Amino acid sequence: MTGRVVVIGVGNPFRRDDGAGPAVVEALRARVPEGTVLTDSDGEPGRMLGLWHRQDAVVVVEVVHAHPGQPGRLHTLTAERAARCAARSASTHALGLGETFALAAALDRMPRELTVHAVEGTDFRLGHGLSPPVADALPALIRHVARAIDHAHDRLRGIGGEPMAHEASA
Amino acid sequence: MSHRGSRVLRLDALARVEGEAALHLAVRDGTVTEARLHIYEPPRFFEAFLVGRGHGEPPDITSRICGICPVAYQMTACQAIERTCGVTVDGPLAELRRLLYCGEWIESQSLHIHLLHAPDFLGHPSAVELARENRAVVERGLRIKQTGNAIMERLGGRAIHPINVRVGGFYHVPAPAELRPLAERLRRAHDDALETVRWVAGFDFPDATFDGPFLAMRDPGRYAIDSGTPAVMAARADANGATTVAALPVEEFEHHVVERQVPHSTALVSALDGRPHLTGSLARYAVSGQWLHPSARDAAREAGLGDPATGAVCRNPFRSIIVRAVEVTHAVAEALRIIDAYEPPPRPRVEVPPRRATGCAATEAPRGLLYHRYAMDADGTLTFARIVPPTAQNQTAIADDLRRQVQARLDGPGEPPDDAELTALCERAVRNHDPCISCSAHFLDLTVERG
Repeated sequence: MTGRVVVIGVGNPFRRDDGAGPAVVEALRARVPEGTVLTDSDGEPGRMLGLWHRQDAVVVVEVVHAHPGQPGRLHTLTAERAARCAARSASTHALGLGETFALAAALDRMPRELTVHAVEGTDFRLGHGLSPPVADALPALIRHVARAIDHAHDRLRGIGGEPMAHEASA
Repeated sequence: MSHRGSRVLRLDALARVEGEAALHLAVRDGTVTEARLHIYEPPRFFEAFLVGRGHGEPPDITSRICGICPVAYQMTACQAIERTCGVTVDGPLAELRRLLYCGEWIESQSLHIHLLHAPDFLGHPSAVELARENRAVVERGLRIKQTGNAIMERLGGRAIHPINVRVGGFYHVPAPAELRPLAERLRRAHDDALETVRWVAGFDFPDATFDGPFLAMRDPGRYAIDSGTPAVMAARADANGATTVAALPVEEFEHHVVERQVPHSTALVSALDGRPHLTGSLARYAVSGQWLHPSARDAAREAGLGDPATGAVCRNPFRSIIVRAVEVTHAVAEALRIIDAYEPPPRPRVEVPPRRATGCAATEAPRGLLYHRYAMDADGTLTFARIVPPTAQNQTAIADDLRRQVQARLDGPGEPPDDAELTALCERAVRNHDPCISCSAHFLDLTVERG
């Protein structure tokens, strides 16, 4: 074993659909292989960069807006694609996930592999509970992430599987 | 798979929707006739959530208002509830609270300085470009920030939305040996913080002046964070050349800081005795600079902020980045002091029995003075809650500052600015104030009307 598989559910459970990432992490507890780190995060770059080592495989679970949108639709993104998509900072005191990846690349702090599994959200108001389209998509998202974890372990053990696309330069 | 198609995903609109703001500028015949800052978020939901809850719940509920400064909400809520119940928390428990608050200051201020504000001065569109050009400074900022994170994790139970804080104190207090590893990191962070002050002091600062009153907590003898009394520094010196600082008892806060609704924003807008006021780093430095830790005071002097020992005041919002760096130095030194002197309290909390009463408190969130007031029944059920965050107070002053800066650009030499230049100017001006859009209501859609 050369590294860990780190699964990060990014989001805020108190913002309805934004809680999908942490919900996936919660659903995977007690059923992931040894050497898997399950955690959630608010996506703040300083903290995100501290969650992985260079030799790790990182799986990020996130909620996205897409244009055109289709709430509940699933996406899988490579880190470099996510970083390329980073636009201007969307907040006065926070960076977006794409910028966090771009920052990690600039600081030579990217993990060995990084993929983003995402679901399109629609309801980000204050409160608990996912919107029906996101709640309906959650089992499939959990399956995708569980499969990604298994494949990442296989690759880290060197027993096959396609390498994840990952370019350190964003 | 669906993601292999040709659609474009815009990850800037990911779901950390902690706030939304926009600016409306109207320019008629070369004059800015309107500058309206729109804040869409209705934070008042939280005040309604709190009514009917128990008196032990506000620290956990209000910490959810902001992912950036949850400790400020927790500390202010705790103090307001305790005052309502006639209880004072002091000694080592109060020191531990201050340590946790220092952790949040270190984390929040260093993030703003290195990743959000500094790129403006260095001509970079974001921290990513800054990191590509000068990796060491961004690494330094992250190192300082992670020291703040470590304090939050150790004392608060986790780095975001701490869970170890409760009315009356903590669920668990650390043994000295648990805090000792933090001291090592803080000593490194102190060197990093001093280096940061020197770095930002070398930036090029445009001329700008905020000409209204400052509002900050004041606690003679120390740089107020979690203690003291609100104080107002007048906008101008009196006939004798002295600038007055007047206490504003926290019980009278709402008589002076009056909120009103405006049609363009769901956040309430405040005025201090009818005038726009500023709270935050510049206000704190003006009111309490003389009580900064000596190393922070020396750093401020060397950075060209004047001598805080003699009451130096900085009114240039662009220079707020220097003041923040000085404040990080202070918070690091203060955290070290607390850890070095720490003796565990006999109990992790004091009892806070409820009573039918009303009480209020204020503390210094990284972005400025935060006020809470609660009323409760005899059994501790909350019957009223009021929360006045710093950004709601600063909203008018920020809009005025935007108006002044845009007008100065329109009146200045050179080609007339296009919308892109004005947008960049306004965004920069807003970042000078580090508004917590998330706690008063993502940024920045600009509409310019030209007549």
